[in-house]
Amino acid sequence: MQGIGLSAKDLSVSYGDRPAVKKVSLDFAPKQVTALIGPSGCGKSTFLRSLNRMNDLIPNCTVTGEIWIRDQNINSPATDVVSLRQKIGMVWQRPNPFHKSIYENIAFGPRYHGVKKKKELDEIVEESLTKAALWEETKDRLHNSALALSGGQQQRLCIARSIAVKPDIILMDEPASALDPVSTAKIEELISELKREYCIIIVTHNMHQAARVSEKTAFFLMGEVMEYDSTNNIFTNPQRAETSDYITGRFG
Amino acid sequence: MKAKTADKIATSIIMAVAALIVLVLAGLLGYILFRGVGHISFHFLTSAPESIRKGGGIGPQLFNSIFLLVLTMIITIPIGLGAGIYMSEYAPMNRITNFIRLIVEVLSSVPSIIVGLFGLLVLVNLFGFGFSLFSGALALTVFNLPLMVRITEQGLKGVPREQKEASLALGLSKWKTITSVMLPIALPVVLTGTILAAGRVFGEAAALLFTAGMSSPRLDFTNWNPLSPFSPLNPFRPAETLAVHIWKINSEGLAPDAGQIAAGASAVLVITVLVFNFGARWLGRYMHRKFTAIK
Repeated sequence: MQGIGLSAKDLSVSYGDRPAVKKVSLDFAPKQVTALIGPSGCGKSTFLRSLNRMNDLIPNCTVTGEIWIRDQNINSPATDVVSLRQKIGMVWQRPNPFHKSIYENIAFGPRYHGVKKKKELDEIVEESLTKAALWEETKDRLHNSALALSGGQQQRLCIARSIAVKPDIILMDEPASALDPVSTAKIEELISELKREYCIIIVTHNMHQAARVSEKTAFFLMGEVMEYDSTNNIFTNPQRAETSDYITGRFG
Repeated sequence: MKAKTADKIATSIIMAVAALIVLVLAGLLGYILFRGVGHISFHFLTSAPESIRKGGGIGPQLFNSIFLLVLTMIITIPIGLGAGIYMSEYAPMNRITNFIRLIVEVLSSVPSIIVGLFGLLVLVNLFGFGFSLFSGALALTVFNLPLMVRITEQGLKGVPREQKEASLALGLSKWKTITSVMLPIALPVVLTGTILAAGRVFGEAAALLFTAGMSSPRLDFTNWNPLSPFSPLNPFRPAETLAVHIWKINSEGLAPDAGQIAAGASAVLVITVLVFNFGARWLGRYMHRKFTAIK
């Protein structure tokens, strides 16, 4: 299969003595959207943040197990975390554009990674914003502050920023939960576009969103994966009672 | 009903205390300015002091104060920024770090006369820097540095975690993240704090009595060779600052207008410190706007 996916093997995460994720093994296919669902505190965000080693920043947080991209276990101490993160983009719950201009938000990463020519940077900015469906709205004010954009636009800018450094995988942590319905629809549309090129893993609290955008869905409960199957199966024919209870809204 | 009464009483007590503070401050400032402003003139600000005759100025002292401030900041800012970045981003969370933090706090509360005597023993005598601007600047660094470290640390800690993570997630190094993403956001806080620290340095006297000295050589303001002992730019000459000058003429001034000179000099000092404070607030607000709002 073309493209690059990711697989986690026996991945456990704990904060101090408290386990948050227990021996989770999941395979994520390239050019697909995988949704991680589950009640608050079930460990799905923690799991997501482990995939690009973002949990390294949190003191007392230990991650054990293996994360494979191609033939490299990126959860080994030998991995160069800095260059790894270039390959795995991330989008947060609340839009977090840099306190810089729209142009600089996009150009910042590529420039650091060695693109120095203005013309090439201009191209990257236009390409990334176009892919994120933001170019038409911002092309006349690229040098204005990114913080002047609306929340939905900021979130699309954050997506554009992460694809500007040419990642293979994009992690999204409830990317639409802080947005209004119209902006949410735009983000979902964008996700469907982006999956043609990237492996996307999205954490969401919104069942409908998971059903709309993803091919596969993993249901997390108490730090474990209860069920992992095609989204269609999870929502129409769940194998476990917990899954069925959760998606029909009986708890969570 | 009872809770409401208690609320009213508490509110009025707090208001009264606040009003008292404002009143004391306004009275103090008003008194100093009222007594001194009349004496401030161009001649007063630029000419040399007279020891016995009337009509002396505070020119060299004013220059010394500003020059000393610049020297102190040149020493303090790089060290303070570096230490603050270390404390906020690199230091592991353990007992040693907490101990360093405690030491920094203690250092900032050492009485300034003690710092001055320490300067006399170590800088002036042991290291042989003599009574000089350099000794003075190092002594001032001792209690300016903790402030600078704390301000930098707090400024960086105040940067939202998502900003830092966003930069790291793009594959940027930690150092690049600190310098290009975090420091610009922390800058308004750091800058405001630095200027406030500068105001404190400007008004300091006790730490300078035995380090920068209580006298200045006859300065020749046309001599810009920093190695000449009569050049104002020589950092190794003794230098009496404005605050020290006020103390000196109040305690042993012989000029017939010593009282007026002290009042005038005090007013100049207070005005300068006020300018620092208001400047800091304005600059902080300006930068905050510039970094967060529409250009």
